[in-house]
Amino acid sequence: MDNIAHRYTQDGAHALQPMTMEWRDGGAYALLGPSGCGKTTLLNIISGLVAPSDGRVVFDGRDVTHLPPQERNIAQVFQFPVVYDSMTVAENLEFPLRNQGLDTAQRRRRVAEVLELLELTHAARHKARNLGADSKQKISLGRGLVRTGANAILLDEPLTVIDPALKWELRAQLKKVHQQIGHTMIYVTHDQTEALTVADQVVVMLEGRVLQVGTPQELFDRPAHTFVGTFIGSPGMNLLPCTVGGSTARVEDTPVPLGADYGSPPGALELGIRPEHIRLAAGAAGGLPVTVRKVDDLGREQIVHARLGSRDLAIILREGEAVPDNPVALFDTDYLHLYADGVRVPRPGAEGTP
Amino acid sequence: MNAPGRHTVPWRYIVPVLYIAFLLLPLYWLLNTSFKTNQEILSSFTLWPADFTLDNYRHILTDPSWYSGYINSTLYVVMNTAIALAVALPAAYAFSRYRFLGDKHLFFWLLSNRMAPPAVFVLPFFQLYSAFGLIDTHIAVALAHCLFNVPLAVWILEGFMSGIPREIDETAYIDGYSFGRFFALIFMPLIRSGIGIAAFFCFMFSWVELLIARTLTVTEAKPIAAIMTRTVSASGLDWGVLTAAGVLTIIPGALVIYFVRHHIARGFALGRV
Amino acid sequence: MKSWNNRAWLLVLPVLVLVAFSAVIPLMTVVNYSVQDSFGNNEFFWVGTEWFQEVLASERFHNALLRNLLFSGIVLAIEIPLGIAIALCMPTRGIGVSFCLVLMALPLLIPWNVVGTIWQIFGRVDIGLLGHWLNAAGVEFNYTSDVTDAWITIVLMDVWHWTSLVVLLCYSALVAIPEAYYQAARIDGAGRWSIFRAIQLPRMKRVLIIAVLLRFMDSFMIYTEPFVLTGGGPGNATTFLSIDLVQMAVGQFDIGPAAAMSLIYFLIILALSWVFYTVMTRDDEQAQEGQR
Repeated sequence: MDNIAHRYTQDGAHALQPMTMEWRDGGAYALLGPSGCGKTTLLNIISGLVAPSDGRVVFDGRDVTHLPPQERNIAQVFQFPVVYDSMTVAENLEFPLRNQGLDTAQRRRRVAEVLELLELTHAARHKARNLGADSKQKISLGRGLVRTGANAILLDEPLTVIDPALKWELRAQLKKVHQQIGHTMIYVTHDQTEALTVADQVVVMLEGRVLQVGTPQELFDRPAHTFVGTFIGSPGMNLLPCTVGGSTARVEDTPVPLGADYGSPPGALELGIRPEHIRLAAGAAGGLPVTVRKVDDLGREQIVHARLGSRDLAIILREGEAVPDNPVALFDTDYLHLYADGVRVPRPGAEGTP
Repeated sequence: MNAPGRHTVPWRYIVPVLYIAFLLLPLYWLLNTSFKTNQEILSSFTLWPADFTLDNYRHILTDPSWYSGYINSTLYVVMNTAIALAVALPAAYAFSRYRFLGDKHLFFWLLSNRMAPPAVFVLPFFQLYSAFGLIDTHIAVALAHCLFNVPLAVWILEGFMSGIPREIDETAYIDGYSFGRFFALIFMPLIRSGIGIAAFFCFMFSWVELLIARTLTVTEAKPIAAIMTRTVSASGLDWGVLTAAGVLTIIPGALVIYFVRHHIARGFALGRV
Repeated sequence: MKSWNNRAWLLVLPVLVLVAFSAVIPLMTVVNYSVQDSFGNNEFFWVGTEWFQEVLASERFHNALLRNLLFSGIVLAIEIPLGIAIALCMPTRGIGVSFCLVLMALPLLIPWNVVGTIWQIFGRVDIGLLGHWLNAAGVEFNYTSDVTDAWITIVLMDVWHWTSLVVLLCYSALVAIPEAYYQAARIDGAGRWSIFRAIQLPRMKRVLIIAVLLRFMDSFMIYTEPFVLTGGGPGNATTFLSIDLVQMAVGQFDIGPAAAMSLIYFLIILALSWVFYTVMTRDDEQAQEGQR
């Protein structure tokens, strides 16, 4: 499956901005973003529940834009478990096969395989209605997997209604299923930990726009957009409005070395640095003088809430470190990013476009 | 549903449209007839009044023996709704929150009263209310209609109350609310749509019932519906007045529906979706 | 779990007092009458089950009972499927929906005798739209003299009067189905019929039980509408149990047989409702027991 391009317009207002995305077969993707950012819409376009107003959806070079969902061979799991109440677990799994018109023997075999895969064999004859939310989600997943040659597994916040204790188990099982089936998995969530643990490629979306696609590490080290920086990480990236001249930025008259010569980029400029990439030192030269307001001790690390001039700054101290007297903040220039109007300005010389 | 052609009206909408047309046709005919003179009704067949008249309505609204019927009906319907809700609320709370000796049997026995044919009760009601000297009073009809309205109200309210988490009660008691204050200040507002629906059904069944209401009244509390049946035989089928009276009995119902129109869909699910 | 509390009886007490007054005492009176005979002057003597035997053996009772069963059967067979079909065809949202629901609910709030009157003036040959049109179209139609026509009119009237109840109940269940169910069904490739069988029908089951029970009970107790429309005629063709009973009790003042008939009538309704209820909820209980 490669190369999906779609646009979605609804009565003038774009629920999804024009975009081109490519999903590699076998990849595990997460669509991450706050509620209402268009992730579910994007997912529904892929599954065929929503027809894009513009653009095309292409699977393996085959245009499926106008194919109904059942012909796309896709498994989709929704936020709230959808099972057919009146049927047993096995009948639920059999339902899509019946609709395909497969004969009884084939149906039996496929259902048994999927029951095995999802570890639901013991519950096959139970009424689906009486099961817990986690089993119901497995059934919804299974209904998609049961058809031969499922192209992709689409998951729309599948863990919302699951008990926290069962979340880990189900998530692990999802990964296992993905590895065994070996097809593309797209996982929609607004929970960053979930996205970062499940997927090897995370797509961060905001207001119908894709801000960045990358591995969790890329998102963390080089956020392409201030939103990605603040949304991912806890606490999020520090953002400091500044002016830039050459290789030095000025934050409220305090000079900050940038480590590279940016010239004089246009737009509203901000410096971004993660709390993990700031160190505190005692009155050392070249540091930025800060005042410490509050320290949250989280056990393994401490979060220092400091002020730089009139700006808030969060700093993470590793285990065993203490807040020095007359502290100054030292920024790790490898992880110091410059943003113009929210978008990351590429570091001159060191890299190409992000 | 999200097919490209969704802006065109689906053909299946023709079914409800036809059904509504079927519902409205007799109603239109009633309205049409009520604006005609008796002479026109009987002598010629016209699809709309050729000789438009409001005389039939004028007759009803100026003759006390007619319009008092509306007042009587409204009075006992309101009394019945109030009584039914007042006794059904605590009972429904008991059924939705507690297990107690014989609760299930009691609930089914209550509901079985809804299955009692009014015709069965005509004679004993007459004798019972005679013995208490209640014949021809509004309260008699109101109490008699409780026979089928109280079980219904308990049933509907129990459904709505069971949808309210028990933790709310417990929190309120911990916060020091007495049962009465909790019920009036916290619980009732939570189930107000349920109360509205129960009131709607009580109103409906009390308003449309004729047999018992007619039996228990003579003149003073006679409902409009009964006055209509009497006039049919007495005045030699005065179709104009009869249809006008019919139109006027539909108006209160139509008003009530109009007020609850946004709750109809949810209300008919009777709370337990 | 609900807590065990016998003080809950206090909360139920007002209902018990009221229902005792409006149901138990009258019912006891009926039982009392059903086993006694009177020659006037308030003299009563015990006759045992004589009235019951008389009623159960009487041709009149059998015929009325058969008419009732036939009527309820026809009415249920038309109203339930028709109601489901209309509810399925209704739009789920939009400005017109409230308006449609209000119009549909309208017949439910019309006093029952007015319903009879409406159909009287609608169906009559001389002044009614329906009767006039049918005769103009060459169909011999007169519900006051022809038995079949009378039945058609009464059934039509009941369909007009009560189908909306089924529609509203089903519709309220249908709009409560989350959109995700339909999306899942589309992904599973379900057709229109599969969606109905797998999603909509199970979701409507509870309200359908209510609809069938209510429609059965009310159609079995029907009195006012046929009384106004046909007065039980032509002949006795539309004399249902209620009409017969009121005639017997109030018209002829045959209190003993009327009381016996009342009790039999009541018991038949209870028994049939119970049968309906058990049959329709059997699957649920099996499922629940399987769970335990």
